[in-house]
Amino acid sequence: MSLLWLRFALGCYFIGLVYAFVALTRTSDLFSRIALHAASTGMIFHFVSLVEVFLSGKVVWASVHNDESLLAFFSMTFFMIIYAIYHTTSPGVVVFPIVFFLTFVAAVGQQPVLLTAFVSHNGWLIAHIILIFTGYAALVLSFGASLLYLLQESRLKSKKPTNMISFLPALEVIDQIGYRSLLLGFPFMTLGLLTGSVLAILVYGHVNFLDPKFSLSMLTWAVYMVMVFTRWNSGWRGRRAAVLATFAFVAALAAWAANYFSTIHRFAS
Amino acid sequence: MRYQLIGVNHKSAPVEVRERLAIPESRLPDTCRDLTAYPGIEEGMVISTCNRVELVTHTANGSADLRGFLHDHFHLKAEELDAHLYEFREKDAVRHIFRVAASLDSMVVGEAQILGQVKEAYATARAVGAVRGQLDQLFSRAFAVAKRVRTETAVGASSVSIASVAVELAKKIFGNLQGKNVFIVGAGKMSELAARHLMAHGCASIFVANRTYDRAIGLAQKFDGQAIRFDDLYETCDRADIVITSTGAPHAIFRREHGEQFLARRKNRPMFFIDIAVPRDVSPDMAKLDGIFAYDIDDLQQAVTSHVADRQKEAERAEAIIASEVEKFEARANTLDVVPTIVSLQDHLEMIRQAEIDRVRGRMGQLTPEQEMAVEALTRGIINKVMHTPITALKTAAKESEGTTIVDVVRRLFNLQVKEKEKAEPTQPSAKKDEVGTCQ
Repeated sequence: MSLLWLRFALGCYFIGLVYAFVALTRTSDLFSRIALHAASTGMIFHFVSLVEVFLSGKVVWASVHNDESLLAFFSMTFFMIIYAIYHTTSPGVVVFPIVFFLTFVAAVGQQPVLLTAFVSHNGWLIAHIILIFTGYAALVLSFGASLLYLLQESRLKSKKPTNMISFLPALEVIDQIGYRSLLLGFPFMTLGLLTGSVLAILVYGHVNFLDPKFSLSMLTWAVYMVMVFTRWNSGWRGRRAAVLATFAFVAALAAWAANYFSTIHRFAS
Repeated sequence: MRYQLIGVNHKSAPVEVRERLAIPESRLPDTCRDLTAYPGIEEGMVISTCNRVELVTHTANGSADLRGFLHDHFHLKAEELDAHLYEFREKDAVRHIFRVAASLDSMVVGEAQILGQVKEAYATARAVGAVRGQLDQLFSRAFAVAKRVRTETAVGASSVSIASVAVELAKKIFGNLQGKNVFIVGAGKMSELAARHLMAHGCASIFVANRTYDRAIGLAQKFDGQAIRFDDLYETCDRADIVITSTGAPHAIFRREHGEQFLARRKNRPMFFIDIAVPRDVSPDMAKLDGIFAYDIDDLQQAVTSHVADRQKEAERAEAIIASEVEKFEARANTLDVVPTIVSLQDHLEMIRQAEIDRVRGRMGQLTPEQEMAVEALTRGIINKVMHTPITALKTAAKESEGTTIVDVVRRLFNLQVKEKEKAEPTQPSAKKDEVGTCQ
C-alpha cells in the first residue's frame, strides 16, 4: 500500500520535474504556483507512504528503497522551508529532478533489501539515517543554490535586458539559501557520521578506515567542511563555491554507490 | 452622454503654454466652481499636472463653450491658445479619459503617477460638488479600467529610466536594498538622481567623493551622508555595496587591482558599479571579476530602450481593452438615458388608469371588494400589455445608435416632455443608484 501512495507522490513530483525544465527558459507565475501545489500534494502522499512503512512494524528503514524515499522527502521538506522563508520556487529547478529520480527509484516496487547486521541496534540506526539524510538533503539544496548562483551571475554579467526579468531570485538571496543550507546541514552530516561510526563499533567492534563506504563518506564530509570554512573565512561564492559544491555532491553520490561494494555498509540480499 | 473635454498636453503644447494654464492645487476648488457656474455646464472637473491641463465636463446640451471659459479664466487670447488645444466629445471624451487614467497618454507610457493625480483631481472636484452623477460614473469606470489595464497587461511592469533601471539591477543583485550603502564618485546631476532613487528604495547611507571636496560636502549634506576626500577613495570604497561613478577622468579610475582589493576586504560580497561616465570609470578588466557587476551608460540605456519597446507592445493590448470598455460604458450610459422615459411612461399610463377607474366608480356607485379586485386586475393587465412593447423597444434601442430617436418618438407620442422635466429631480436618485451598482 505504501508503494501506491509513493506512486501518487511520484505523479505529483513529475509536474515539478516539468516545471524544472520549463522554468529555465521562461518565467510563468502560474506554472510555478501549479508546481508548488503539486509538490505540496506530492509531499502529503509521500508522508502517508512513509508513515505506512513506519507502521508496518518491521525495521525496514535500512533498505535502499525506503532510504531513497526518505531522502527525497527530506529534500522536499528543505525546499518547502526555503519557500516559506524566501517565497521562491527556483531551487526546485535542481531539487525537483533529484527528488523525482529518488522517488522514481524508490517506487519501482522491488522488495526492500534489509541491512540485517545493524537491525539489533535499532535506535542508533534510525538516528544515523535521519541525521545523515538531513545532511544530504541540505547538501542537495546548497548544490542547487550554487548552480543557480552561477546562472544568475552569468545572466547579470551578460547585461541583456531580457535577463532582467527572470524566474531567479536576487543573487544575494540565492547565496543566503546556499549558505544557510550548508550551515544547517554540516552538523547533521557530522553527527550522522559519528552515529554511523558508533554503529560500526557496536556491530563489528571497530571502524574499518579502508572500507570505501567509510573513506568516501569522510571525503564528502571533508569537502563539506572546506565549503563551510572557505565561505565563513573568505566568503567564497560563485564559481569557486560551485566547484566545491559539485565536488561534495559527486563525493556524496560515490559514498551512496559504495553501498553496493562496501563490506561493512552493504544492503544484504 | 453629453461629455465634453478640452485641454493641452505634452504632445499638443510646449511647456511655455502649459505653464500658463497650470493651476496650483490651492486654486483647483475655485476653478472647479467657476467651471460649473459657466453657462451650459452641469458638472466639471480640472486635471492639472506638469504634462497636461484638461477640463472635463458634462454639459446641458452637449456643446458648451469651453474655449471661451479658458480664454476668460486664464486671460489668454484665442490666437495664443487655440492652436494647442484638443477637444473631445461624448464617446471620444470617454476614450480619452480612460487612456489618461490608464497612463496610455502619458509622456512615459505606463507610469503610475498619473492615476494618483487624476484621483486627486476627482476628489477635489467632488468635495466642492462640481462632480455629481455623470462625471462620477465616468471616473469610477475610468479608475476600474486603469486597474484592469495594469493587471492584465505589463504596461507598467519594467523600468524606463536610467535611474530606475539601476535600482532594478541593484535589486537583482542584493534583493532587498535595506541597509545597503551607496558611494557617489563624482558629484553630477545624474549620479544624484540615481542615488535619490536608491535611497527611496531603502539604501542606508551615502558616501560622496569628488575631486573638489567642497562639492562632495555639498552633495553629502543633501543626503545626510558623508563626504570622502578623493585621495581616500580606494581605502573607503569597499564600504559601499553600490557605487555610482561619473567622474570626468580621461581613463578608468577603477581597475582590476582595485576590484580585487575591494573583494578581498569585503570577503567577496558582491559590488555593483553604475558607471555613467564617458570615458568609462570602470575598466572592462575589473568588470570581469567574479562579484563585480559593472553597468556602463550604454548597458543601462539599452535596458531602457528595450523596456520602452516592451511597453509599446503592451500599450497596444491596453488600447484594445480600452476600446471594449468604451463600448460597454456607452451601452450602459444609453440604457440609463432611457430609464427616465420608461418611468414617465409608466406614471403617465398609471395616471390614466386611475382617472378612468375613478370615473367608472362615480357612474356605477360603490363596488364590492370582489368587483374592485376584478377591475384592478383587468386595468393593470391591459396597461402592462400595452406598455410591454414600447418598453422593450426602448431598452433594445438604448444599446444601439438610434436610441435617442426612439426616446424622442415615445416622448412625443405620449406627450411625456413636460412630465419628464417635472420628474427629473425625483428620478435622479434612482438612476444614480443604478450607476453606483454597475460601477462597483
